[in-house]
Amino acid sequence: MPINYYLFLSLALFSIGMVGVLTRRNAIIIFMCIELMLNAVNLLLVAFSKMHHLKNLATSATAGTDGQLFVFFIMVVAAAEVSVGLAIIVMMYRNIHSVDIQFLNRLKH
Amino acid sequence: MNVTPYIFWFLSVLALFSALMMVTSRNPVYSVLWLIGTFFAISGHYILLNAQFLAVVNIIVYAGAIMVLFLFVIMLMNLNRETEPQKNRWLKFIGALAGGCLLLVLVAALKDAELKSQQAMVGGGSIGLIKVLGKELFTRYVVPFEISSLLFLSAMIGAAVIGKKENSQTLNS
Repeated sequence: MPINYYLFLSLALFSIGMVGVLTRRNAIIIFMCIELMLNAVNLLLVAFSKMHHLKNLATSATAGTDGQLFVFFIMVVAAAEVSVGLAIIVMMYRNIHSVDIQFLNRLKH
Repeated sequence: MNVTPYIFWFLSVLALFSALMMVTSRNPVYSVLWLIGTFFAISGHYILLNAQFLAVVNIIVYAGAIMVLFLFVIMLMNLNRETEPQKNRWLKFIGALAGGCLLLVLVAALKDAELKSQQAMVGGGSIGLIKVLGKELFTRYVVPFEISSLLFLSAMIGAAVIGKKENSQTLNS
């Protein structure tokens, strides 16, 4: 497949995630939209790694492995990030009994 | 007959539709389910690109573990359509407009990039197989791999410390 298609698909997914972050008020949904944006970037990284592989197939049999390992590490970091982030959201819910980010605009009180 | 383009378009439409439904559905539980649909579509793309290891990891880690965690938290808080906070219509419109502008700028910047003739290798290639990736992971990338275990340990401790009730502390002091 032409790499352009993957590029535009990833851009569309990323923008949908961005729209979600901007239009929702539920902290959990915003967090999920960030996960969607991460996944869009992952998809593009895999597509580019396969492009690189096809381009450098003659010189090196493992060209493009780095991109896929990078995706693997992004998934690792995302898993750690989700566990801590959800713990923070649960703590916030325990304190103010809501996940509405509108209540978080006064950090000094 | 080459069936690959049809699979590509089907998975792309599925991913975009699920993502849109995830953003627009009122009920947070439905949002989680649509997001799982998006992740399965992206895993299908990985299989199409012959990145089998990442496809399986994506399903296990994202659609399995992370989304169950989200679902668990949402059900724990008993969030539903009625408790869902809504922005007013103008803020929603402006948010969608800003996201659309971002998409427009990115597409306009990248549509003339020097990538027109490049192809992503579909179906062939062995770099997505676990044998190649594992060999690379445990030789050249062994230090980041071990450091990520430390990251997981700290994330685990952090989640436990943050999630702990503070009542016991005040009782003791």
